[in-house]
Amino acid sequence: MSDAIRPIGMPKWGLAMTEGKVNAWLVEEGAEIAQGDEILEIETSKITNVFESPVAGRLRRRVAAEGETLPVGALLGVVADGGVDEAAIDAFVAQYRQHAAEAGAAAAAPEPVLLPAEGWTVRALRLGPEAAGESGTGPATPVLMIHGFGGDLLNWQLNQPALAADRAVVAIDLPGHGGASKVLPGGGDIAALAGAVRGAMAALAIERAHLVGHSLGGAIALQLACDAPEAVASVTLVCSAGLGPEINTDYIEGFIAADRRREMKATVTALFADPSLISRDMVDDLLKYKRLDGVLPALRAIADAAFAGGRQAAMFTDRLAALPVPVQAIWGEADRIIPAAHATAIADARRHVLPDAGHMVHMERPEEVNRLIAAFVTAADG
Amino acid sequence: MAKKSFRQAINEALTQEMRRDPRVVLMGEDVAGGLGSPGEDDAWGGPMGVTKGLMPEFGRERVLDTPITESGFIGAAIGAAATGLRPVADLMFVDFMGVCFDQIFNQAAKFRYMFGGKAVTPVVIRTMFGAGFRAASQHSQCLYPLFTHIPGLKVVIPSSAYDAKGLMIQAIRDDDPVIFFEHKMLYDDMDEVPDEPYAIPFGEANLTREGDDVTVVALGRMVKLANEAADALRRDGVACTVIDPRTTSPMDTDSILESVGETGRLVVVDEAHPRCGMAADVAALVAQEAFRALKAPVRMVTPPHVPVPFSPALEDAYLPTAARIVEAVRGVMA
Repeated sequence: MSDAIRPIGMPKWGLAMTEGKVNAWLVEEGAEIAQGDEILEIETSKITNVFESPVAGRLRRRVAAEGETLPVGALLGVVADGGVDEAAIDAFVAQYRQHAAEAGAAAAAPEPVLLPAEGWTVRALRLGPEAAGESGTGPATPVLMIHGFGGDLLNWQLNQPALAADRAVVAIDLPGHGGASKVLPGGGDIAALAGAVRGAMAALAIERAHLVGHSLGGAIALQLACDAPEAVASVTLVCSAGLGPEINTDYIEGFIAADRRREMKATVTALFADPSLISRDMVDDLLKYKRLDGVLPALRAIADAAFAGGRQAAMFTDRLAALPVPVQAIWGEADRIIPAAHATAIADARRHVLPDAGHMVHMERPEEVNRLIAAFVTAADG
Repeated sequence: MAKKSFRQAINEALTQEMRRDPRVVLMGEDVAGGLGSPGEDDAWGGPMGVTKGLMPEFGRERVLDTPITESGFIGAAIGAAATGLRPVADLMFVDFMGVCFDQIFNQAAKFRYMFGGKAVTPVVIRTMFGAGFRAASQHSQCLYPLFTHIPGLKVVIPSSAYDAKGLMIQAIRDDDPVIFFEHKMLYDDMDEVPDEPYAIPFGEANLTREGDDVTVVALGRMVKLANEAADALRRDGVACTVIDPRTTSPMDTDSILESVGETGRLVVVDEAHPRCGMAADVAALVAQEAFRALKAPVRMVTPPHVPVPFSPALEDAYLPTAARIVEAVRGVMA
């Protein structure tokens, strides 16, 4: 028996999250929980998600009430063995609250930066250690995260912080996306976009990186690995383009056409296995992005070049075998944009098709996706 | 993202559009200031400093200080629009609009129609409105219902800095005459505003809160009060959808009807006078199109049908408040 009392705090899912609402407890007080058990459903202004327990033991106290909105780090519950008495838990809760009140607002969150790359301006967010670790060993190879069509670097908000525990993780906006410039240097095809990402890597002083690409970003990562294998340590494809001809062009065209809340909400429903995850803020943010000058021509050019005639123009299946870079694929089984069957291009051991998730598998199943990426890049580092 | 004030947001929209399109010109009383007199140039930038800095960048050819004759320079702006420029005229207080009704109602609003669709009038008339400024009855009115009443005009009423920038850019790019209402109590309100230019389409409401119990429709500064009321009510378990139509002509009636279809209850908050105002207009829309969805009579939260008082105590009592909105919501829930 241990007399350790462990807190469960409000998680921080991404930069923008300052508070979360406890929608529901998924376990009863007194239940034995294992690390990774789904214990809470938490709603943020961006997304609703289940929270997996970071600790194991008996859930002694549900401190947060259902429906309560609490800041990041606030005490949600307390885990301790059955031998710990109630008074000790009361004292722990009181002490934690006092400490949290004294700590006040968290340190300023890192902000994305704008950097001139060749022919465009990239917006990038860097998290994690900058340089050599305390052990004196060289810095771990950084991870570079590349979003999909119509996305931006915040698509990785549930992934980037978790992966940045022991290495630098940089998420970028592609040309025409997010806060990057809305010009496409060299055009909208996969090869040109991969060239732009190379330019961004140079601007970020990244010589070699593990690439994590979602959808369109996955095809760009494969192109980059083919063009410059020396710059790529591994490739993680998330619901990726480039592995088969099919793509849901109704979605692509719907996303380009939608200029109103109702249309946009209906369009992005196809991204998730569980459409209830789509919040008003998510739809508003997409509309705000699409209203920026230059976005529509950029999206049009990419769709015309990369998905001409409703088919994916760039295919990498024939080149995978010769690729000197390890590649894994993660897919949502219920992906309605690019069929999960495309994952079969990747060997069984490196293919992970997750149930109950759609095209935004990294938002719907972040904990599993993060574990898969972390294990893969660590193994690839050797 | 950078936080900017409502004032900065409009200034940025004007600056970016003037850089993009040489046909965009500004005109109005002291939009720069200092013309023809010794002393400081660009002394004012309009009465609230919204256009400060534009004359030094674009010169007096494009930032025109006019005489104090609204009838003259509004007419000039409309004529310039009909002949190829894209003027943004600053009419200062909407209360002064009366002297140029013919130019606006009979000329600008009618050109497209009278000339068989062959003429466009891309003029924007910026104007300040609203009470709370201790400026008495001749400088505090809303008057947007008057302009909403006239087919051929577009009427825009931003409630936040983000909306102000995007709606101003849309107004300048629009080929029809646009009356752009700026609530004088919102100029210092801060919001996240992208540095890049963006246009918000007219006729698309913004939902600032979402809830299943009551639909609250509000405009301009009233959106802030409605949000305050909705937040207070939510703590008590009453969930409101707050709809800001953003433009009253065209108006996003679909969003209002859809929401009332879900909630069955409507409160309309309007700072304009209650007779023939936007509150009455929205209430009539719902009564006609969604009567069977209603679970309770529609409530309007407006000032009384009197001029805006100069006495601070009376002016405060005149204006709708978050507490009055809460009371109305509770009324339709009862």
